[in-house]
Amino acid sequence: MIRHLLSTADLSRDDATLVLDTAEEMAGLTEGRSVKKLPALRGRTVVNLFFEDSTRTRTSFELAAKRLSADVVNFSAKGSSLSKGESLKDTALTLEAMGADGVVVRHSASGAPYRLATSGWINANVLNAGDGTHEHPTQALLDAFTLRRHLGELAGRHVVIVGDVLHGRVARSNVLLLATLGARVTLVAPPTLLPMGVEQWPCTVSYDLDAVLPDADAVMMLRVQRERMHDAYFPSAREYSRRYGLDARRFARLADDAVVLHPGPMNRGMEITADVADSDRSVIVEQVTNGVYVRMAVLYLMLAGAANDGARDERRSERDEVGGAANDGARDERRSERDQADPSAQEETT
Amino acid sequence: MSAEPILITGARVLDGEPADLLLRDGRIAAVGAGLDAADARVVDGTGLVALPGLVDLHTHLREPGREDAETVETGTLAAARGGFTAVHAMANTDPVADTAGVVEQVWRLGRESGHADVRPVGAVTVGLGGEQLAELGAMADSAAGVRVFSDDGVCVSDAMLMRRALEYVKAFDGVVAQHAQEPRLTEGAQMNEGELSGRLGLRGWPRVAEEAIVARDVLLAAHVGSRVHICHLSTRGSVEIVRLAKERGMPVTAEVTPHHLLLTDELATTYDPLYKVNPPLRTADDVAAVREALADGTIDVVATDHAPHPVEDKDCEWDVAAFGMLGLETALAVVQHTMVDTGLLDWAGVAERMSYAPARIGRCDTGDGGAHGRPLAEGEPANVVLVDPSASGTVDPRASSSLSRNTPYAGMKLPGAVVATFLRGRATFGGDAAAGGVS
Repeated sequence: MIRHLLSTADLSRDDATLVLDTAEEMAGLTEGRSVKKLPALRGRTVVNLFFEDSTRTRTSFELAAKRLSADVVNFSAKGSSLSKGESLKDTALTLEAMGADGVVVRHSASGAPYRLATSGWINANVLNAGDGTHEHPTQALLDAFTLRRHLGELAGRHVVIVGDVLHGRVARSNVLLLATLGARVTLVAPPTLLPMGVEQWPCTVSYDLDAVLPDADAVMMLRVQRERMHDAYFPSAREYSRRYGLDARRFARLADDAVVLHPGPMNRGMEITADVADSDRSVIVEQVTNGVYVRMAVLYLMLAGAANDGARDERRSERDEVGGAANDGARDERRSERDQADPSAQEETT
Repeated sequence: MSAEPILITGARVLDGEPADLLLRDGRIAAVGAGLDAADARVVDGTGLVALPGLVDLHTHLREPGREDAETVETGTLAAARGGFTAVHAMANTDPVADTAGVVEQVWRLGRESGHADVRPVGAVTVGLGGEQLAELGAMADSAAGVRVFSDDGVCVSDAMLMRRALEYVKAFDGVVAQHAQEPRLTEGAQMNEGELSGRLGLRGWPRVAEEAIVARDVLLAAHVGSRVHICHLSTRGSVEIVRLAKERGMPVTAEVTPHHLLLTDELATTYDPLYKVNPPLRTADDVAAVREALADGTIDVVATDHAPHPVEDKDCEWDVAAFGMLGLETALAVVQHTMVDTGLLDWAGVAERMSYAPARIGRCDTGDGGAHGRPLAEGEPANVVLVDPSASGTVDPRASSSLSRNTPYAGMKLPGAVVATFLRGRATFGGDAAAGGVS
C-alpha cells in the first residue's frame, strides 16, 4: 500500500481493489454489531487537520479512526492557532513533535497535503481529505465502493458525473479512480465549468445530459454553488437546473437499475430535485455509511498494514542515518505490532 | 573613483581572438595584443571571454520596504557576481518609487553601495494603483534621471491610461515597460493554464491574458508614436505579435527572463512554490518559441526579473506563496546553457542581448563616463565582465550574495562562470584572484 494517499492517480488497480475489499471486511466486522470497535490501530495517533470546515468528512474520518481504536485528535482552523495565521509548516512541525502517526488533512489550497508529505516537515502518513480544487481521494473510493455494492465489478460500467468539474475535487478523483478500475466515465457540465485540457482526461465529455442518461449505470450529481452565476459560469440557477439538473423527467430516462449518487452536501432544487434525491434508487445516504468503512480501510492499510513497513521507506532509513540508533528499537516494536494487526483475526473484546 | 590600472591579458573579446585590455582611470585605455603597462595589476584572461558589463532591465532590489528580502547593497552584490554593472530597480517597493524623492533615494543607495550602477524605474501610476499618472516628469528630471517607467507586478490595464503614459513619456525620451497581464482573466491565477493546471487544481493564468495586452499595447504605441517595452514575455503568441509588430516597424522592444528560457510548467507538479512566478512558467513549446525569438532578435533582451523573497514566503502552500525567483547570479549561465551551448546565439549576440540592447532601451548607453552597454574599445567606460565558458558548477542557494534563497536552479548543474566584473575599471567581483592568478 502507498505511504501517503494524496491522489487517486497514485493507486494501482490492485491498490484500489485492496482498499475496496478491505472496506468490505470492515463493513462485515462492524455492520449490524452493537460493538463496532476493532483494536487494529490501538496506540496509534491520528490527527484530523482541517484548515477548511467540513463537518461530514471530519466526522467520518474521526469515526473511522475511533472504530479502529486509534487515538484521534481534531485540529481545526477554528479554536486553534491555525486561525491566527500559523503556517502549514509550523503546524506540521508541531504535529510531528507530538508524535502523530497519521495526518488527515483538509485544506483550501490545492497541493497542501502534497507539501506536507514531501517537504520533510513531518514523518507521519498523510491522507488527503480534500485539497482545494485538486482531489478528494477517499470520496472517490467510497463512491467506487458504493457503486461496486450495487453494480458489481466496475469494469465496463458507465458512470456519468454531472456538475462543477472545474472547482470540484470529487470529479477529478473519481475520473482517475474509475478509469483505473476499468469503468467508462462521461463528464457532463456547461463548458465554463470544465477545466482546460479535460479532453486529455481518461473520460468522455458531453454538454447534453439527456443524451447520455439512457446509457448510464450510475449518475453522480456534483454540488454547484449558486454564487458561480456571479462569475458568469452560467446565467442563472434556473437555467443551470433546466440544462444540467437531475429532475423526475430526466430520472425517468435512466435504466431501471441505474443508481444516483451525490457526495453532499446537496443543493436541493439546484443540481438535484428532492424527489430524485429521496427516491429508492438514490444511494446518497449509503455513501455516508460507506465513507466510514472506506476510511477505516485506508487508515488500517496505511497505518497498520504489514505491507506498510516496506513503504515506510527511504525517508525512514535516511532519518535513521541522521538520527542515530537510539530510535530504532522503538520503531521495530511498532513494526511488529503492526504485523500482528489484522482486522479479521482480532475483534474488540473489551 | 580612481582605482589601480588593470591589465587583462589574453581574453577573447566577444569570443574573438585573444587580446589584452588595459583599464585605466575608469576607461579602456587600450585594446590589443601584447600590451605592456608596468604600473598595472595583471589579470590573466587566458581562456576567458570578455563581454561588456551586463545591464539588467528588470531587477527587484526590494529597498525601501522589504529589506528582509533584499537591499540595494546585497542586490547589487549579487548583480556584480552575475556579471552585471548596471541594474534597473523596479518600482514596486514600499513606498512605491512613484516620486522623485523615492527614486533619488534608491539611486543614492546604489551610488553608496558601489557594486553596480542602480537605475531606478519609476512607477507609471501613483502607488501602482492604475488610476492616476505618477509624476513621471519629476522622476525623469531628478538626479536619478529615470527613463524607464513601469508598474511591474501590476499591469497598466486601463487602455486610456496606458495611452496617456506612452504619449507623456515622449517628452523626455522615456519608455513604458508593461507587465502584460489582463487582470480579469487572471484573478487568483497560480500557474500556466492548460491540461496541467486542470489536473493539479491550480487556477490557470491563460496565455491570452498576456497576449491580449501585448497586442493592444503595440497598437497603442504605434498609434501615439512612442516606445513600449514588453516585460518578461512568456508565450509563443506574444512572440508572434511582437514579430509582426516589428515587421511593421512598430516601436516595440521585449525581454525574456532566464527562467522562461529554461524551465517549464511541469515543475508545478511538485507544488513547490520555488517554481511559482509571474508570468508563470509555460510549456516546452513556449520555451522553444522564446529561444527562437531571442535568437532572431524578436526579443531584444534577457532581463532577470530577479525577485527575492524571504523563506517564509516560499516555504508554504502554493496558493499563498509569493511570485518570483532569484535571477542575477544565474542569468548568464542559463543563457549560455540555453542559447550559446545550443548554437542559437554567439557571445557577440549575448553582449547585444544582455548589455548593448538593455542599455539602449534604458537610455543609459550615453553620457560621459557613466555609460553602459558600450563596446570593449579604446576610450569606452571600463565596464567588463570576464566569463569562463568552459567551467561548470552546481547552483548552491547558500552561496548566493542575495539575502534571499529562492533560486529555482538549486542543485542544477549549469555551464559557465563569471570570473570577474569590472565597473569603470574597478573590480566589483573577482578580479583579484581571477583564473590563473594575479601578479
